[in-house]
Amino acid sequence: MLSAESLKRIDREIAKFPGDQKQSAVIAALAIAQDEKGWLATETMDFVAQYLGMPPIAVYEVASFYNMYNLEPGGRHKLTVCTNLPCALSGGADAAEHLKHRLGVGFNETTADGRVTLKQGECMGACGDAPVLLVNNKRMCSNMSREKLDQLLAELK
Amino acid sequence: MLDYGPDAILMKGLDGTNWHLKDYEARGGYGALKKVLGEKMTADAVIAEVKKSGLRGRGGAGFPAGLKWSFMPKQYTGPKYLVCNTDEGEPGTFKDRDIIRYNPHMLIEGMIIAAYAMGTAVGYNYIHGEIWAEYTLFEQALDEARAAGYLGENILGSGFAFQLHAVHGWGAYICGEETGLLESIEGKKGQPRFKPPFPASFGLYGKPTTINNTETFAAVPWIINNGGDAFLALGKPNNGGTKLFSVSGHVNRPGNYEVRLGTPFATLLEMAGGMRGGRKIKAVIPGGSSAPVLPGHIMMQTDLDYDSIAKAGSMLGSGAVIVMDETTCMVRALERLSYFYFEESCGQCTPCREGTGWMYRMVHRIEHGKGRQEDLDLLTNVADNIAGRTICALGDAAALPVKSFLNHFREEFQYHVDNKRCMVSEPGGYFTAAAGTEKAA
Repeated sequence: MLSAESLKRIDREIAKFPGDQKQSAVIAALAIAQDEKGWLATETMDFVAQYLGMPPIAVYEVASFYNMYNLEPGGRHKLTVCTNLPCALSGGADAAEHLKHRLGVGFNETTADGRVTLKQGECMGACGDAPVLLVNNKRMCSNMSREKLDQLLAELK
Repeated sequence: MLDYGPDAILMKGLDGTNWHLKDYEARGGYGALKKVLGEKMTADAVIAEVKKSGLRGRGGAGFPAGLKWSFMPKQYTGPKYLVCNTDEGEPGTFKDRDIIRYNPHMLIEGMIIAAYAMGTAVGYNYIHGEIWAEYTLFEQALDEARAAGYLGENILGSGFAFQLHAVHGWGAYICGEETGLLESIEGKKGQPRFKPPFPASFGLYGKPTTINNTETFAAVPWIINNGGDAFLALGKPNNGGTKLFSVSGHVNRPGNYEVRLGTPFATLLEMAGGMRGGRKIKAVIPGGSSAPVLPGHIMMQTDLDYDSIAKAGSMLGSGAVIVMDETTCMVRALERLSYFYFEESCGQCTPCREGTGWMYRMVHRIEHGKGRQEDLDLLTNVADNIAGRTICALGDAAALPVKSFLNHFREEFQYHVDNKRCMVSEPGGYFTAAAGTEKAA
């Protein structure tokens, strides 16, 4: 259900915890599963549950609680832009408006060509670099002026 | 070279690339651990030094670190845990990220010494999910420390064993609350636990656990090397040491600055390049978004330490200083903060789950010209009925901004209600754009 590479990464996470606490690896395991699949379908979560010896409902609870999991299919790239107050004071809200305008979508929407899903983010702990955004959860882009936003969009195929 | 200011002791000599073990050792790193193990300092002696230093929790609550360490049961023979809270998501705070990416071994050394003092064999550093690059860098630093024998079964031949692992969250502000964080490490929703019991008696996996903020652990090697008295002397009584302040908002050079506790806010503002565009300061949230906002003129006369900021009517919190100039609409600012607490409430306690949404909807309609006169008092009433009535402090954190914004800037809210528009900016206008800012550390 998940690739050997993903399982190897999950096993590495499991090894960080006491032998009887495999469930502790679920947050990382779901992130790894999402890396491979793009989003968390029920059967993917069920597989993770089985792999970690957890009831499936306990995995669904985690997947729906933490907001960086994709519970439905989205665009090829997910852009999450922080609009919280410290960022907004330095252009974060303007950056979000610029992206909405350029992409022709609102928050939680995907462009018609399936290229980009736009999300509003909460604090990413990088307020000094505002405007900041995340590409697919893992790549942080800092000091995103309009020019840099346009460059980024041109780069995302 | 990264410049955290002339008082920097923790973030000194860093250039963004010299985070590796060999660089840290060249700066004298792991000397404190060698001192503790080499001189066979007792656990009590280490804790006494930390108590003497006046080091208070750098994550927000400001609880004396040495005292917290002394709560760990000494006679307990089963597993005990040490946890570091790098789940830095308090709006305005971005200091711990710099520690783990620019000086990760300082944190690792601090945690090893803490583990020694409390007799814990296993530790976890829980890192904010949004900073993936820093998480992977910290894992590399852990590998370096293991390879050099600073972590493992028989550390530097002393017989002392300590394993340290990095784990990450995946987007939940509430996991910065210490018991929510423990639930998260256990692989659950990060819903905080009722206290007592406190983590020192019932923590991770139900075992005795001590949780400190990243910056708190990071200060420990300096304290051991130079003595608790020297650390205390850097600050002022009851407020020992230097502290990293994350300055954001309408300043010319947003960034992190390390200053002695007790430094005037005006000095920090100057270090951050002063007000953007030379505009007038209007308001400051001095300790992260959960701390009460203060008018700029009060802040300009306040020193940056736990007791002075408390006396001025707010909290030092995490040291996140959010600066707002005269162009800022305080209704709109509060609307965004209220949305944050509504979005991040874990849903466990009714007053917070329902109240944060209620407050957001009220501020939203005031901002959008649909406010009612009775909303102003109702907002305070709802805030009062959340504060103190929830399991964790997120309820208080949501209530304090509402109460303080209304307390200090009520006339702006009244103007919105009366005139259906803002008194400081164009309707639907956004916050001042970032044009022309320079970058600091």
